[in-house]
Amino acid sequence: MCSQVTVTVNGASVVVPPGATVAVAMVVAGQACRTSVSGEPRGPLCGMGICFECRVAIDGNPHVRSCQVLCEQGMEINTEK
Amino acid sequence: MNREVQHHFDVLVVGGGPAGMAAAACAAECGVHVGIVDDNLRLGGQIWRGESDDLQNTERSKWVERMRASGVTTLFGLRVVHQPQAGVLLAESLDSVCALKYEKLVVATGARERFLPFPGWTLPNIMGAGGLQAMVKSGLPVRGKRVVIAGTGPLLLAVAAYLRKHGAQIPMICEQASWQTLSRFGLALFSWPAKIMQGFELGRDLSGLPLAANSWPLAAHGQQTLESVTILRAGRAETVACDYLACGFHLVPNVELALLLGCAVGNGGVRVDDFQETTVSSVFCAGEPTSIGGVELALIEGQIAGLAAAGHTKEAGACFSKRRKARRFAQLLDRTFRLRPELRSLPSPETTVCRCEDVPYSRLQRYTSWRAAKLHTRCGMGPCQGRVCGPATQFLFKWNPDSVRPPVFPARVETLVATAGQLEPQHSEVRGGH
Repeated sequence: MCSQVTVTVNGASVVVPPGATVAVAMVVAGQACRTSVSGEPRGPLCGMGICFECRVAIDGNPHVRSCQVLCEQGMEINTEK
Repeated sequence: MNREVQHHFDVLVVGGGPAGMAAAACAAECGVHVGIVDDNLRLGGQIWRGESDDLQNTERSKWVERMRASGVTTLFGLRVVHQPQAGVLLAESLDSVCALKYEKLVVATGARERFLPFPGWTLPNIMGAGGLQAMVKSGLPVRGKRVVIAGTGPLLLAVAAYLRKHGAQIPMICEQASWQTLSRFGLALFSWPAKIMQGFELGRDLSGLPLAANSWPLAAHGQQTLESVTILRAGRAETVACDYLACGFHLVPNVELALLLGCAVGNGGVRVDDFQETTVSSVFCAGEPTSIGGVELALIEGQIAGLAAAGHTKEAGACFSKRRKARRFAQLLDRTFRLRPELRSLPSPETTVCRCEDVPYSRLQRYTSWRAAKLHTRCGMGPCQGRVCGPATQFLFKWNPDSVRPPVFPARVETLVATAGQLEPQHSEVRGGH
């Protein structure tokens, strides 16, 4: 349980503690989770799966609430446009 | 998405927080077949989120053990989205859809934070107070980070203490309630059992935290992310540089599932009788959805609901006096953290109110009802289905939420197709709001 997990956020490597959610990786990376309909950057708000502001694309799957998914080694995460 | 699962329970509990855990354990201890389903990946709900399974003799571990010993079936990572017919709920995970049949149902869907819009509140790194705490519990490091905490409710202090313990600097805690109200609340707390205190983590680790009453955020500033926040502190505006703003205005009950099932809701919560049964026969409700009352009330309501759902009404009745006392605490919370009317003037005309559809305040002002605003502006029609802007507009404009239509959460098309019994999904797609 001690080794860190490395994921890719918008092409750059990010290291997070084991058990961290994808939302945590996005905030640590300083990257917005999604771009709103009028083009604003948005990040996690509720932290518990209700607000849908933390939606990202994970390994090509769009619309995933990043606060509900744990980081896995090598995961490719992208800001949802 | 590739599998269909069916379960059949005597008692199905939706929600794995304190109320749901207590209901599941008490029902199963009566010898009936019990299942509990939760969107999250572990038991404990929001209040016990992140508590290690290794910990012993905590309230959470006690209920986990009672559930295990009584043979409760636990289903995690599953979100209930629909009731295709009476007695069946449909739930989906990332890769499956699941039909959950039940004889009796306990709705224990908890609460969420209330968010109020103010200029700049959509910037990244502004989260709920409980929201930021949940993120830290999920691995976000805050050591050395400056976190301003704002809003209202006992959660603010609990979160402040938690964040400081994890190395954050807390320049200010802004509570909209007045000192007079807060001190009455503080005095009243001495007459409540220690367990209630524990639930709110008040009185612990709070020394030296910079609490300002009569204070609230006026605007948040930053380009791509939060840089500072302007606070109105007892009548004077001051700007504080910060890395995070943790901002929540107490809690609102999650009543959407209960509404979908046809349960009557009044006075802000799901209406229940003495045995926690809703206006829909065989559907019980326990915890925050009935009224915001904290962990102690949730546990006792859960026990009553679980016992009653299993047919043990006599044992359930033995818990009534404890519930009466816990309910008085709920009323005290409600009085103390009632929102002051000045907060209605926080948004500017350009301030986004509906974050899913980017609907500004100015477009909503002309409407007289939530329904009209939804139809004309798409406010509340995005993926969160009004869970964020609904309670905000209820306060800002005194609009009443209307009925709930399925799916109660955005669901994949194939999950909805499964309601018709044809389950041959080809690809995934998310259906948005209504």
